[in-house]
Amino acid sequence: MVGGISIRELPRKKYLLPGNPSCPGCPEALGLRYLGMALGDRVILVVPAGCSTVIEGLAPNYSMRFPIVNVPFASADAVASGVAAAKEVLGEDAVVVVWAGDGATADIGFATLSGAAERGDNIIHICVDNEAYMNTGIQRSSLTPYGAWTTTTWTGKKERKKDVPLIMLMHKVPYVATASVGYPMDFIEKLRRAVLIKGFKYIHLHAPCPTGWRFDPSLTVEVAKLAVETGMWILFEAVNGKVKISPPSLPYRDRSRRKPIRDYIKIQGRFRTLTDEELKKLESMVDDVWDTLTKFT
Amino acid sequence: MKLVVMHLTGNYAVAWAVKLSRVKVVSAYPITPQTTIVEKISEFVESGMMDAKIVRVESEHSALATVFGAASSGVRAFTATSSHGLMYMYEMVWWSAGARVPIVMAIVTRTIGAPWNIWSDHSDFMSQRDTGWLMMFAEHNQEVLDSVIQLFRISEDPRVYLPGMIALDAFILSHTTEPVDIPDQSLVDSFLPGRRQPYTFKSGDPITMGNLPSNPRDNMRMRWDVHKSLVAAKKVITEVDREWSKLTGRSYGGLIECYMCSDAKYFIIGAGAWVGDMREAVDMLRSEGYEVGLIKLRFVRPFPAEELAEVMRGGKGAIVFDRSVSAGSAGPLYLDTVAHLGALNVEVPVKNVIAGIAGVDVTYNDIASVVRSFIEEIESKGVVSNYVEWYFR
Ligand code: SF4
Repeated sequence: MVGGISIRELPRKKYLLPGNPSCPGCPEALGLRYLGMALGDRVILVVPAGCSTVIEGLAPNYSMRFPIVNVPFASADAVASGVAAAKEVLGEDAVVVVWAGDGATADIGFATLSGAAERGDNIIHICVDNEAYMNTGIQRSSLTPYGAWTTTTWTGKKERKKDVPLIMLMHKVPYVATASVGYPMDFIEKLRRAVLIKGFKYIHLHAPCPTGWRFDPSLTVEVAKLAVETGMWILFEAVNGKVKISPPSLPYRDRSRRKPIRDYIKIQGRFRTLTDEELKKLESMVDDVWDTLTKFT
Repeated sequence: MKLVVMHLTGNYAVAWAVKLSRVKVVSAYPITPQTTIVEKISEFVESGMMDAKIVRVESEHSALATVFGAASSGVRAFTATSSHGLMYMYEMVWWSAGARVPIVMAIVTRTIGAPWNIWSDHSDFMSQRDTGWLMMFAEHNQEVLDSVIQLFRISEDPRVYLPGMIALDAFILSHTTEPVDIPDQSLVDSFLPGRRQPYTFKSGDPITMGNLPSNPRDNMRMRWDVHKSLVAAKKVITEVDREWSKLTGRSYGGLIECYMCSDAKYFIIGAGAWVGDMREAVDMLRSEGYEVGLIKLRFVRPFPAEELAEVMRGGKGAIVFDRSVSAGSAGPLYLDTVAHLGALNVEVPVKNVIAGIAGVDVTYNDIASVVRSFIEEIESKGVVSNYVEWYFR
């Protein structure tokens, strides 16, 4: 499906306005722009607490051209279910999208996410994964990778990253995909496929954050690409449970074609305490994620 | 007017009112003793008697979140809960009021743990009193049905635009059958117009609600506006009660209802199902020659301060019965009552009786005996010695 859409066909309307309060090099700002390009005016966004709460601007200013329902941390998917139910009853067209960080997806919001997925409510959940609680000052989450420094793991996180896309796959929802802010066309195409499917859709967007990961703000896209090229992040798509590795990740099924993980971690300050031994452990965890995923292909 | 009387439990009366109010989205999580409300609504919907969508969520937090999402997107929505369920949805209770979304929620009042206890007291309901919701009690199942319909109307009035909750006592009302008149659908339709709300989320209309204010003064103004709207709701509540009484012949007095108050020197003040027992106690005390009246607090938010003051000015004493307590202080109804009466210069000695906590049974004999000794103490000494009394039979 790659090459299905060309950049010239995408709407020029900006859904995230310039001058918004995101940090320089913010991956969420990239993601929100791609979301607008993909789905445009049909979107109603449901946003729990997180960086996007700030990025949308301080009232009475507003940086977005989406309607946004701001909601408490652990409530996003349930609110979205309610919005979708109302629109169905009223017969109005709407694409209800939850735009949630790793905390609102994998931790405090996990029960409500799982509930909406199990019920098959007609919404798209996008997990914008910057791998820590950035909005409260870089604390670890269950999606922080092994070995990463945060302000609550000063010597590096000792646990591995929770595999939420696979957990969502096991909910047997009709659409699960991973994406990355480094691959906008892949993300946009996935959103456009997801929107055609009725029921619960889950997209996990990898979002390297210069502020929390400690890299130069000009390198966001490069870090995102390196995550894919080293195999640290795998792009895939599963329609009705059939898993397909997406084209940007296809070459890296072959371990020998992956770039060394050291390349990925050395440009980020958050892995500065990682020892060689810990790096080996991280590498074996990456192999393990690939092994598990490819069993489903 | 056609009269259709059915024998309904309090919970079924709620379900019938929700159906008559043409609610479009219902979401709830089961908890005893609320459960049969949603069971009945599910039966209405699945048998085609009611046109609504039910979202069967995984928790109470999600129940109110779903109802908030649906209501803010343009439809009438309803949920119900009790006790721990209400505690679990607490942040959504605040959020819904702050966002000014009209919603109606039934609270089947139940003790909060530890220890586990399913019987009625008012701790769960009264702990919501700072949230910004309209809060009302029902005394019997007819009032339950009538009040749920009224609460939708009040909540969706542009002078109010706030969510509202109604308390009915666990088992005493929720599971006890009484004859209830079911008003005709056309009567309810004429009383309750189509959905009104301050704003509606729609595709293509880039509005937002709830983002950070650049100036906290705006936020303080919003909170002030919630308060002012609750105060403004007093007039709406009175109007709505009057209109309902024209249509059905049933009036509950709006904010408060007085029984034998006109010549009373002493007052019993209470809210909820045990107001029925307080009526019996008044009858009994009157037959013994005591000049006692009853003030039923129908609404506790907005708090009917001036209304109470007007009735009680010139009285010799009052007892406020609380079925919950702000531990370390006193009962919440008592605290509101004495604060406002004091400020309004109504100089009447007021005693607080904390009773019926955890579902401990309180009869009209208990109430009468407490009132008798209170009156005797005032008459003989002129003051109340133990102004916050925990009553155990
Ligand atoms: S902390 Fe990271 S994700 Fe959050 S606004 Fe800044 S760059 Fe974006």
